Amino acid sequence: MPEAKFAGGGGEGPPLLELQAVSKSFGGVAALRDVDFSLLRGEIHGLVGENGAGKSTTMKIIAGVHTDYEGAMRIDGREVRLRSPRDALAEGVGMVHQELSTVADLSVAENVFLGAHPLTRFGVVDWARMNAEARRQIASLGLDLDPRARMGSLPVGLQQLVELSRVLFSGARILILDEPTSALSPPEVARLFQVLRRLRGEGRSVVFISHFLDDVLEISDRVTVFRNGRKVVTEATARLDKEAVIGHMIGRHMAEMHMGEAADLAGDDARPVTLEVREASLGRALDRFSISLRAGEITGVYGFMGCGQIELARALFGKLPLGGGEVRLDGRPVRFRSTAAARRAGIAFLPESRRMMLFRAEPVYKNVSIAILGRIGRVLLKPAREREIAAEHARDLQIRPPQAGIPLGSLSGGNQQKVALAKWLTFLPRVLILVEPTRGMDVGAKEDVIRILKSLRDRGVAILVLSTEPETILTLADRVTVMKKGAATREFSHGRIAKSDLLAAA
Amino acid sequence: MASVDPARPGASPLRRFLVDQMRNIAPVFTLLVLVLFFSFASSSFFTVANAKNIASQVSITGIIAVGLTFVILTAEIDLSVAAIANVIGITVAYFTLQPDYVNIANMPLNGVLAVGLTLLSCFAFGCLTAFGVTKIGIPSFIMTLAVMQIANGVSALLVRGQIAYNFPDVVTTLGSGSIFGIRWTIIVCLIFLAAAHFVLTYTRFGRYVYMVGGNREAAEYSGVNVKMIIAAVMIISAMCSGVAGMLGVAYFGSAQQNQFDTFLLDAIAAVVVGGTSLFGGRGGIGNTIVGLLVLGVLNNGLDHIQIDSFLKILIRGLILLVALIINVYAQVLRETGPQTD
Repeated sequence: MPEAKFAGGGGEGPPLLELQAVSKSFGGVAALRDVDFSLLRGEIHGLVGENGAGKSTTMKIIAGVHTDYEGAMRIDGREVRLRSPRDALAEGVGMVHQELSTVADLSVAENVFLGAHPLTRFGVVDWARMNAEARRQIASLGLDLDPRARMGSLPVGLQQLVELSRVLFSGARILILDEPTSALSPPEVARLFQVLRRLRGEGRSVVFISHFLDDVLEISDRVTVFRNGRKVVTEATARLDKEAVIGHMIGRHMAEMHMGEAADLAGDDARPVTLEVREASLGRALDRFSISLRAGEITGVYGFMGCGQIELARALFGKLPLGGGEVRLDGRPVRFRSTAAARRAGIAFLPESRRMMLFRAEPVYKNVSIAILGRIGRVLLKPAREREIAAEHARDLQIRPPQAGIPLGSLSGGNQQKVALAKWLTFLPRVLILVEPTRGMDVGAKEDVIRILKSLRDRGVAILVLSTEPETILTLADRVTVMKKGAATREFSHGRIAKSDLLAAA
Repeated sequence: MASVDPARPGASPLRRFLVDQMRNIAPVFTLLVLVLFFSFASSSFFTVANAKNIASQVSITGIIAVGLTFVILTAEIDLSVAAIANVIGITVAYFTLQPDYVNIANMPLNGVLAVGLTLLSCFAFGCLTAFGVTKIGIPSFIMTLAVMQIANGVSALLVRGQIAYNFPDVVTTLGSGSIFGIRWTIIVCLIFLAAAHFVLTYTRFGRYVYMVGGNREAAEYSGVNVKMIIAAVMIISAMCSGVAGMLGVAYFGSAQQNQFDTFLLDAIAAVVVGGTSLFGGRGGIGNTIVGLLVLGVLNNGLDHIQIDSFLKILIRGLILLVALIINVYAQVLRETGPQTD
């Protein structure tokens, strides 16, 4: 197979698509610097890099989403300047985004023809023609689907292929797939790859963006690696392996130099287990996932976006019901029917976005007291006590300005995050679950949050940190579980681990 | 270190205060303008007797509006209030011995028992709504529309086009009697308003109501049982409507079908005109009181200047529209206000 991989295209003539010295910045911050990129006819081209490395920005330029960039783009050797996704499609560039844009309640055929239904002479939808065309279209991808089936009744993998066929149908020669395998099971991935190889055989070109390096190495002819807004390398896949790709992604020399690139774990199996998850499953999100949170430890869960972290966190806080498996708190099985029940059992939770945990229009003290009102007064409020508690936290957590009465919305993002944390600190929780606890914070606030979490750990709280950023995990965690498509793939409890270990396992 | 957002230039404290308080200031201003206008336009308007009149005219609406305030504060809605008031008024008559000429197959009971059973059925209506909204997940707008139909259906079955005139003594007294020259309905309404204000301002439940309305997701992730709060406000609303219905039939002196139809719009208007946010989390009983007075003064004042009664309906509609615009605009201003993420 590897020898045959390159046979589809390559070599002859100019590249189908070429970027030359492309730079792009957002509000003065450089997102792409001097990127050269070429896509050959009949090639599957893998694109890898960490979050924020520039791969999506590059593809959005090619797909006509970002229009103000420096540098040149050529298609078929001809210089083009795309002004909209519609322009891009006219040039034969189609993109399938990570989030499906199919309509669950319409039929497969309607989805294939979305927005361009064929009409009869009388101006009504020509169902017969539409269904026949859609069937032919889908069959050309090697699928046998009833075009009248409701989209929502299909598994995600097939929905993705239907969306793919829509983009193809609109005449795309260049297909950009953003994380196409993140929601797919192995057989579905295999089917997608079959389809992609078929397309390559027809002379179409595919850009395959993915975090899943195994997938990229399996399907691509060539791989381009991005890091910090620059293209690091483009290499034939045959000459790469996973280790080499990770090396390019994080930079060999940086690995040992920076904080957050590697860490020494300090998991201690002698510590008592506070919360234990056994073989939890939940739809497509969790697949017999097990983890033990120990008192006095920060357990990190690392995985790519969509790996099931969000659902795991919500299930543990009583927001989503588990489909199967068991959760034990201090050895006793628990099943929370509401977030209130989880809170009463001593579980604290901070979701991934501030909007989900804060009341912007309310004063700081009400934001702090919301989770503890019942413990400072069963029926009547005690506003003086609330303010006192909030003021204490403002002092301890260095919330600026330290005034409990001002509206939360007037604080900076980092300080808002601290307020959110403060609401769980008045009474020590048994378990503290945080999703992306430091994302988007400035350095100072980030350090404050890290310090607070470590001091909570030292006071015996079992802390679970879920993140898609390896740095966050490496900075905080005493032990790490790597999560992939809802399952735990690897656990690290002691010794030195590096970012590359996390990336390799995810 | 993380720093504080510096106050944006152009966002002066006064402007910020006005934007913040727009929903409170606008209704009070409206009320003052209306009172001034009618006082000049009619000599009979600005008198103690007329003030009592206005209070008495809005008292039944006021009791309904108390319950609706809870509901709207959580960003839900209850369209069944008037229908529940109607069916409960009819139910209390159903449990009372009627004069011979009233041809209703009813079930006379002892007065206290009759009132107790009536309140219980009112509670049942509230539970029905709460169940539909929180357990099944039907949007309150639709669920209460269904409950409205059900309540109207029960009303129709109970009276079958007849009119009932007798009610338990306690209901008759509270609904149509007076004490020290003040109608009991006004006193009951004031008690409801005061109790609701106390609950909303000084109790944990009240705080949850505001927080659920302010950001439902954040409330849930803070461990607040959002469904329980929503269920509770739906039941509170049904209970308030029921009490209003019982006093209402005594106030009118009769119980019949479709008697409360205008109360739905009036009660919602009172809450919204008063400035309680339709998006939840802002406002309260103070706003509802102002809203009630605006509506009361408007309805009463238009009678005093002898305006075409059909025009009156149009004017009320326009005032409601203006109030809605201010209500939504106040929210938009707040959200695009000086502080952003």
